[in-house]
Amino acid sequence: MEIITSMLAGILFATGIYNLLQKQMLRIIIGTALLSHGAHLFILTMGKLKRGKPPILVEGVEKYVDPLPQALILTSIVISFGVTSFLLVLAYRASLLNETDNMEELRGSDYE
Amino acid sequence: MSNLAVLPILIPLLAGIFSAFINKKTKMVRIFSILVSIINLIVVSYIGYTIFQNGSIILETGGWKAPYGIVLVADMLSILLVITTNIIAVACIFFARKSLSQQQESFYFYTFFFFLITGVSGAFLTGDLFNLFVFFEVLLMSSYALIVLGGGKIQLRESIKYVLINLFSSILFVTVVSFLYSVVGTVNMAQIAERVQEVEQKGILTTIAILLFFVFATKAAVFPLYYWLPKSYIVPNPVVSALFGALLTKVGIYSILRVFTTIFVYEIDITHQFFLWLAALTMITGVIGALSTNNIKLIISYNIIPAVGFMLMGIGLYTEASISGSIYYLLHDMVVKGTLFLIVGAIVALTGTSDLRKMGGLIHHYPVIGWLFFVASLTLAGIPPFSGFIGKLLLLQEGLAQDQIAIVIIGLITSLLILFSMIRIFIQAFWGEKDDTITPNRVKSRAYAWPIAFLVAFSVFLGVGAEYVYPMVEDISAYLLDPSQYIDSVLKE
Repeated sequence: MEIITSMLAGILFATGIYNLLQKQMLRIIIGTALLSHGAHLFILTMGKLKRGKPPILVEGVEKYVDPLPQALILTSIVISFGVTSFLLVLAYRASLLNETDNMEELRGSDYE
Repeated sequence: MSNLAVLPILIPLLAGIFSAFINKKTKMVRIFSILVSIINLIVVSYIGYTIFQNGSIILETGGWKAPYGIVLVADMLSILLVITTNIIAVACIFFARKSLSQQQESFYFYTFFFFLITGVSGAFLTGDLFNLFVFFEVLLMSSYALIVLGGGKIQLRESIKYVLINLFSSILFVTVVSFLYSVVGTVNMAQIAERVQEVEQKGILTTIAILLFFVFATKAAVFPLYYWLPKSYIVPNPVVSALFGALLTKVGIYSILRVFTTIFVYEIDITHQFFLWLAALTMITGVIGALSTNNIKLIISYNIIPAVGFMLMGIGLYTEASISGSIYYLLHDMVVKGTLFLIVGAIVALTGTSDLRKMGGLIHHYPVIGWLFFVASLTLAGIPPFSGFIGKLLLLQEGLAQDQIAIVIIGLITSLLILFSMIRIFIQAFWGEKDDTITPNRVKSRAYAWPIAFLVAFSVFLGVGAEYVYPMVEDISAYLLDPSQYIDSVLKE
């Protein structure tokens, strides 16, 4: 199971990086979202999968899954959610003001 | 008593929240933030005093035992950096009221300012790797907000790149933490160090160490990963640039210092040797950038990079003298970069241009700022009575003692070129014919000069008063080179 999720996370990373290297701003943001999905899946995988019941104390349950990675993922999800929403608004404003959403045209013109 | 360790994080956090409510009353929020910054500096200095008297303060938050809860570790190194951070914060808050526009001030500048200080102090004080990530995000989020504050065309353009690169490195950080968690089964730094020690950093751990280095190197702007820094640091308001230049890259360097002196110290041939090469390349490329441009802001911005190279060189050499050189250089560089960004911000505000070719004869109109800049340049280059000298001397001496001749030569040439790039500003902008068409703005320049003079005085003290500072730094480096002290103080076994 861990092998499959690791591979899936790898694919998410690959597609994320591919999108990050594109020119259109929105694609780049989609790339960052895919990357953070990959990272979160990695955390879950690294805490080992399918080793017991959900981490809620119930009478008679011996084995629980590791609760720490889940807390880490939850923290990381809200952080990347905040950054992504900021980035979307930033991209919106930047494309309005600079009249382009193409990263090539957003290069500095000062010393080139 | 041990609750003292949380105050450097708590005070700015509460101040940031409170100043968000009074953002429209500009005068009130100004006075409030000046007061809070000074109080915070006093509190932090007191904490520093107790730590140097009685040893490090370990705070187990929530009363959970060390590896299970989050610990805040206020040892000598962290508290010294927190004190320096707060000194720069005080200078910046005095500078801010002159250099910010009314609109920028009322749009939550002070809130983000305090959150930035929260994040930086938290990153210095935490003893938990994931908590370090969270504090990184706290400081990065406020830096995102500060970098676009004002919303100019160039600001928006550069901040997109800044946000993207930092977002990418944060994601990488989370991934690396998860790798490390799967290998050692903990995120507490002391316990990671203990477990890495047990297996002597065998197997996958060196790979994780290098990945972690790349995460911190992106934040610290080390050679192949510095391209985002120079241009994004010149677009915001000068106060914001000063805060960034003084604090943000140094958090990355501190993390490298902490991680590679407490946790990953068993494969020095692989990791630390690799740092030396990167340090040399960082110095060269940074200083070439500084010489390549006529934009004074960009010159200062590029000068951050060779300084990072010097600090990394000390970590790479990994002896007691070289680590103390790095720490001394770190303290010196935080102060002097803050100073230089403030001075350059003042020059740009007073002349209305950042192009070196359009300036001249400023010393006739603004002598105080001119001489402050001169002293700061000499400090940066490492001329003997000033603070840059001691750090560099220790580093270069130790480089010679370790037979790393190449990096010593590169370091010396870099220092010369740094001096050249700074004196070029001094000669072209300050010397020359007096321009009688300009009526100097004395009131404004005086308001700018005070915070700068405060920082310059502090940086001169770091150099002249080395007798007082150096023993502390020596203690810190002896403490850092013996990770068992850190581990034992946190895990208490």
